[in-house]
Amino acid sequence: MEYSLSQAMEWSRLSSRKVFGRVLDELVSGHPECVVIVADVASSAGLENFAKNHPSQFVNAGIAEANMLAVATGMAETGKNVFVVTFAPFASMRCFEVARTYVGYMHANVKIVGLASGLSMGVGGNTHFGLEDVALMRAIPGMTVICPADCTETVKAVETALNFQGPMYIRLTGVNGNPIVYKGDYDFAVGKGVVLKEGSSVAVLANGLMVNESLRVAKLLSRSGVDATVVDLHTVKPLDEELLLRLAATHHTWITVEEHSVIGGLGAAITEFVRDHQLPVKLKALGLPDQFGPSGSYAYLMDYHHLTAKAIAEEITKFLQENNQ
Amino acid sequence: MNLQWELTTEKQHEIAAFARRMRLDMLEMMKHAGANGAHIGGAFSATEILAVLYCGILKVSPQNPLQPERDRFILSKGHTALALYSALFEAGFLSQEELMGFEDNAGHFSTHCCKYQEKGIELSSGSLGLGLGYGAGCALTAKRDQRDYDCVVLLGDGECNEGSVWEAVQFAAKYHLDNLVAVVDFNHQSLDGFTVDTMPIANFAEVFAGFGWNVVKINGNCIPEVVDAFLGVQRNGKPTAIIADTLKGKGVSFMENTVGWHHTVLTPQQYEEAKAELEVANGI
Repeated sequence: MEYSLSQAMEWSRLSSRKVFGRVLDELVSGHPECVVIVADVASSAGLENFAKNHPSQFVNAGIAEANMLAVATGMAETGKNVFVVTFAPFASMRCFEVARTYVGYMHANVKIVGLASGLSMGVGGNTHFGLEDVALMRAIPGMTVICPADCTETVKAVETALNFQGPMYIRLTGVNGNPIVYKGDYDFAVGKGVVLKEGSSVAVLANGLMVNESLRVAKLLSRSGVDATVVDLHTVKPLDEELLLRLAATHHTWITVEEHSVIGGLGAAITEFVRDHQLPVKLKALGLPDQFGPSGSYAYLMDYHHLTAKAIAEEITKFLQENNQ
Repeated sequence: MNLQWELTTEKQHEIAAFARRMRLDMLEMMKHAGANGAHIGGAFSATEILAVLYCGILKVSPQNPLQPERDRFILSKGHTALALYSALFEAGFLSQEELMGFEDNAGHFSTHCCKYQEKGIELSSGSLGLGLGYGAGCALTAKRDQRDYDCVVLLGDGECNEGSVWEAVQFAAKYHLDNLVAVVDFNHQSLDGFTVDTMPIANFAEVFAGFGWNVVKINGNCIPEVVDAFLGVQRNGKPTAIIADTLKGKGVSFMENTVGWHHTVLTPQQYEEAKAELEVANGI
C-alpha cells in the first residue's frame, strides 16, 4: 500500500469506515483465506467494490449479528481469516457472547470491525453510539483491541489484520473529513504505541480521533510553558508496556483521552497498568461520562462532552494546578 | 458423509451394541462425576443419533482426527457432551482414562465440551443457539472452496427457543448449504420441564420447510429410521433438517419422559437399577 499526504487526504475525505472497505478491496489480493461477512452494511463500510470484485470472499449475513459471528467462527475454524463488519454497538453488544464464547474461547481467526464507533453517528443517538465497545472487547481473554487514530492508521490496521492470527477488534471512529495525523508511511505494529510529540512533563495518551485532538492540546499547553508528550496508543490491548514503563520514568502526570465511556476503555486500561506496576504517576482519565448523553452533530457532541482541544487543555491545566505542578 | 451403504441386520446390531455401550459408559461417567451430576436425560435421548453417526455416517477417523476433509460433527446442545465423549470413546478417539476424566478438576472433559479437535471435539459449545451458525460457516467454506466434507449439527428442541437458531436456518437456505444437516433431538423437555409448557414450539417440520429446507421426521431412538434419514439426505441445493422425535432419558425406564433428569445426580440404588436395565437392553 502506498502511503502519502495526497493519499491520506483522499482517505480522510472518505471517512475511516469507507476507507476500510475501499482498501480491503485492494489489499485482499494474495489473501485467498480472507473472507468478509457483513450484517447488511456493505455500503456503509465501503465494501461495494469488494463484494463485486471478490464474490467468493464476501458474505452478507443479513441483519443477524449473532449468527454472523457464529458463521465467522465456523469459517475461521475451517481455514479462513474472517472480517465481520457492522456498526460498533451491534458488533460489540448484540453478539458479545458469541464474540466471547466462540471467537474468544476458541481463539478463532476472526477480526471484528466496529464501524462508526464513539459518537460518530451523531444525530443517530445513543442506539448507534459506541460507548462501551472497548470495555467489552477488552474483557475477552486473547482479544486484541485496536482504535486507529485516523484513516491512514485504519489502513495500517487492516493491512496488519490480514496477516494477523487470532481474534481482533478494530474500532473505527470519525466521519467524512477525519483529521489527518499521519501524512505518510510510518511503522505500525500491534501493541506498539507511537510517540508523536516528545515532551518532558505531561504525557497525553490517546487513541482514535482524540490523538489528533491531543496534538492540538499540546500546542495549546506549550503557550503556557507545559511541554507535553503525545502518544498514539492505538492498541488498547495488549498495552505497550515497554513504552509505558519508559514514560513513567520521565513523566509523572499522565492524561488519557478517548471517545469512549470513562468506564472500561483506554483510561481504565492505563489505570489498571499504573496500579499493577505501582507507578508513581498522577493520572487523569478524560472521556465520555457514565451517562447517556444527547444526540447532535459530531462537532456539537465533542464540544458538549469537553473533548475539544481547548476543553481538554483546560482540564489538564486545572489538573496540574491542583497537583501543584 | 458416507451415504453409500445399506443397513444390514448385522450392521443394525453393531449400532445397537454401540448405543448400549454408550449408555453404560455414560452411566459410569455420571457415577464418576458424583455430586457434580450430569446431563443424562438429553444425552440418552440423543444416543441412537450419535451411535448412527459414529458407526458409518461421519467421515472421521481417530487415526487422523485433524484431516482437513473430515466431516464436522457439531454438538450445539453442548450440555450433553457426555454423549459425545462416550461416542468418541466407542469410536476410538478417547481412551478409557480420558473418558473417566469427565468433569475432573482441570480436566479436558468438562460438562460442556471445550474445543479439542485432536480428540474429535470440533468446538466449545454449551451456550445454546450458536452451533448451527458455526456449522453453516464450516459448510460455506466447503462450498466456496469445493472441499469434500459435510457438517452435521445436533440441536435440542428447547435450544430452538433461541432466535439465533433461526438466523442460522435462513442463512443456510440462502447459501444453499446442502452439505449441512441439522438434527433436532426433539425430546420434548428442557431444564424447567416439558417444552410445550416452557415455550410452545411451532411445528418444526413446517418451519424448517418454510425457510426452504428439506425436512425429514423420524423416531430418533429408532436406529433404522435414523440411518434412513441420513442415507436419504438430498444434494438439491437445500440444507436438511432431521426432526428426530426422542424420549428424554431413553433406555432407563425411571428416567424416560420424566421431568427431573435434565441434569442430576444418581443415587447408588438408581445407578444399580439403571445399569441392570441397560445391560439387558437390545437397543434397536
